[in-house]
Amino acid sequence: MYGTGLAKGLMLTLRHFVDSYIDDIRYGFRKYSHSVDNFGIRQGTQTKGVITVQYPDEKVAVPERFRFVPFLIVEDEYHPTRAGKDWCTSCGICAKVCPPQCIWIVRGNDPATGRPVPEPEAFFIDIDICMNCGYCAEYCPFDAIKMDHDYELASYDRTTHHIHDKERLSKPNSYWRSIAPTRAYEEMLARGTWEHKDAAKEARRGKSSSRSAPRPAAKPAPAPATKEAQPTPEPAVNAAPAPAAAAEGTTPWSEDDAKREERRRKALERKARRAAKRGG
Amino acid sequence: MPTAAPAAPLTSTTIDGAIDHLQATYPKAVSADNREGYGGIIVESAQLLDVARFIRDELGFDYLSSATAVDYLGAGDHMEMVYHAYRSSGGGALVFKAQTERDQAEIPSLVSVWRGADFQEREAWDLYGIHFPGHPNLKRILMWEGFHGHPMRKDWREAYYEEEQKPFDSRWPGGHVHRAEEKNVFGKNVSYPREIDLSRLMDTSESAVYQSLGLGVDVERVMDKDGFETNELVVNMGPHHPSTHGVFRMVLTVDGETVTSLEPVMGYLHRNHEKIGERNTYLHNIPFTDRLDYISSMGNNHGYVLAVEQLLSLGRRYNQPTYRCEVLRVLMVELSRIVNHLWAIGFWLNDIGAFFTPVLYFIQERERILDFFEAVAGSRMMCNYMRFGGLFGDLPERIKSVSNLTNDRARDYNTIQFLTEMVSERIPRTIDELEQLLTQNEILIERSVGVGVLGAADAINYSAAGPLLRGSGVPYDIRRADPYSIYDELDFDVAVEDAGDMYARYRVRVKELRESVRILRQLLPRLEATKGQSIWADGKPGAYAPRVPLGEAYGRVENGKGELGYYIVSAGGKSGTSNPWRYHVRAPSFINLTPMGIMSQGYKVADIVGILGSIDIVLGETDR
Repeated sequence: MYGTGLAKGLMLTLRHFVDSYIDDIRYGFRKYSHSVDNFGIRQGTQTKGVITVQYPDEKVAVPERFRFVPFLIVEDEYHPTRAGKDWCTSCGICAKVCPPQCIWIVRGNDPATGRPVPEPEAFFIDIDICMNCGYCAEYCPFDAIKMDHDYELASYDRTTHHIHDKERLSKPNSYWRSIAPTRAYEEMLARGTWEHKDAAKEARRGKSSSRSAPRPAAKPAPAPATKEAQPTPEPAVNAAPAPAAAAEGTTPWSEDDAKREERRRKALERKARRAAKRGG
Repeated sequence: MPTAAPAAPLTSTTIDGAIDHLQATYPKAVSADNREGYGGIIVESAQLLDVARFIRDELGFDYLSSATAVDYLGAGDHMEMVYHAYRSSGGGALVFKAQTERDQAEIPSLVSVWRGADFQEREAWDLYGIHFPGHPNLKRILMWEGFHGHPMRKDWREAYYEEEQKPFDSRWPGGHVHRAEEKNVFGKNVSYPREIDLSRLMDTSESAVYQSLGLGVDVERVMDKDGFETNELVVNMGPHHPSTHGVFRMVLTVDGETVTSLEPVMGYLHRNHEKIGERNTYLHNIPFTDRLDYISSMGNNHGYVLAVEQLLSLGRRYNQPTYRCEVLRVLMVELSRIVNHLWAIGFWLNDIGAFFTPVLYFIQERERILDFFEAVAGSRMMCNYMRFGGLFGDLPERIKSVSNLTNDRARDYNTIQFLTEMVSERIPRTIDELEQLLTQNEILIERSVGVGVLGAADAINYSAAGPLLRGSGVPYDIRRADPYSIYDELDFDVAVEDAGDMYARYRVRVKELRESVRILRQLLPRLEATKGQSIWADGKPGAYAPRVPLGEAYGRVENGKGELGYYIVSAGGKSGTSNPWRYHVRAPSFINLTPMGIMSQGYKVADIVGILGSIDIVLGETDR
């Protein structure tokens, strides 16, 4: 009969319409309150009818892998030796893998020796150009650049606000651990430490290996104190803070220092010889 | 493959057999392409038409998938047209090429053999400046007629030109930030061809708007043959028109309400994706492919990585993707096919008048799938998920993690549980609802049955692809005709309908939705079985600058909208970089518009909107 197909279709629309009221009654109109607890009623799998999220009053949470404009990781401020230090070593891989080429890095140089140091002097990301592909985070060998979850970056003037400099980009490691705990944990397992790779290396050697940064005058605090100072990272603590582990090692600090000084002296001698040869 | 018996008809010989036969028939005109990493044959351009006819009629390669140009500046200094012809009964490609000088580039048009070459040759003229004698309407297609030069030529440089290839040196280690437009202010770098009359830009009269189209109709005054003024007139639709699915423009000549001819005008979203692709490294291109058909970015990724993997497999250090990787790829691609078809059907219904009720029901389901994409790949639409020889990452444990759940505990599902629920309940339920809502709907049937008819022979000849081709009764689905990934071990049917009208295309899409669900059901146990297996063959992610050996590759996939192909030429170590020499996208949305003209003739203006919707185009891909 003509019109049965039509009627069948309209029944479906009617059902959708009625369902939303049934849902309202079932939850006693709690669906419409702004309470956080009721968000699940509106957004759960069983929800029928209207499912609008009232942005910006409510927001849908983003998953861990969500990627928006990158940020740089700096060491947490409570870190005993490297507080506030960039994880970035300015190796330039992020700038190379960036498809729209929106990353500019100025590699830091040691003013005394003129040699590059593993720390960026400046770091810019033009967020107007960034296409949020996540390559920089994916290919960074030091886990130093990560994709952020903060997608509310609108501003009134793109010329002043849309090129993020290092200060704007830097966020502490603890922030990354808070927005992406599972991934931070996986990365920690791959890296072997909660800290920066270099920090772990230093710790294994028993001291700072950073050639550029002025060596901290004070030695790291004794092991138990370090452990206390470092808040227990969630979700697992099986990786003990690396400096502590090193401090427990048998090698006294001074001996290693001497060896290192010796190596350095030899290297400088070699360099001087080479320079003399070239000059002559 | 077993070699064909000598008695076998030519239309079923192997590719090699066909090439041998061609060389025997045209010993002077046809020679094998012996360059390292290349295949197929090179045809003398003087004999190209004869050879092409022979290929189509005698050898049975009736479907011209792709025709594109390559500029070998500095590597032989010639232009080359590359054609990929297939049999509509399935099998691999017969690749043939014709070469010409760079200046005075000229190659005979193949439009008389395959109508599907029409837009592709116009594109080659537009972007490469190759002239095609015999082409009925050789005009620029993506650029406007006042554009100076042919931008895909290797010696053409864009306004914001910085360097030949990425990564640019200015970014590191001395990266001082600048904005391209500050260095190169618009207006200072624009040139026009000498013959272009710029005063026309100020002319707002009706005739100027249509001047470049060659419609043969004086817009302001149309006389019939007896000298009476008739009511035939030109109607402009788009580029800013809600029914054109973006910035697409159609210029219709109508006689009363009936359309007598239709001229598609495109390029309003053109950004020279291919030029950008040639500046990019191989890896850079993956997120750029997301932006082509932004409804199904997973499929775009897949085609591209398949093409580059073909090239990589020529080298020594290459590992096949693992089985789990293939399963995940197919999973993502089939989900995005579902998204694509839900979207296509929904907006097609909008076009024919079922305004937004059905499409919102479908979008609700699509959102769930996008939630899954977001959890796995990090983005809802610009997924950027596939890598050469692997993937961005395996499935996460949960859709949302313990973080960020300030107000969203409701969506914290176990991923596999979520997926299983989607595949076994939600998606089939949505498809059932869709059918209940529409398939028997009398209004829909009256609007769409017998409208926008494209016959099987035309569909093949016009290189139509995807649901457009299968809706015309040609059971051609690349997943079956030329299987890739793990499709040959999956059990599914090729959806096909014979009528060739809008309703048939709708039916094909619904059937494909069901087939996709069927594939997804087979993937779930495979996901379970491969759990814990690495997605990378050697257990660690691939390099960011893979060494791609010399050669050419054509990777194609059955995307939601049709055959998506990537033709890639690698200059190998010669250029010392990891940038493709040629990067071409065979865009189904673009080529499916070739038969738009003949499909629309004789229908009403209101039907045109529906016909366009039933082709299912997306302008990101059409205009590239």
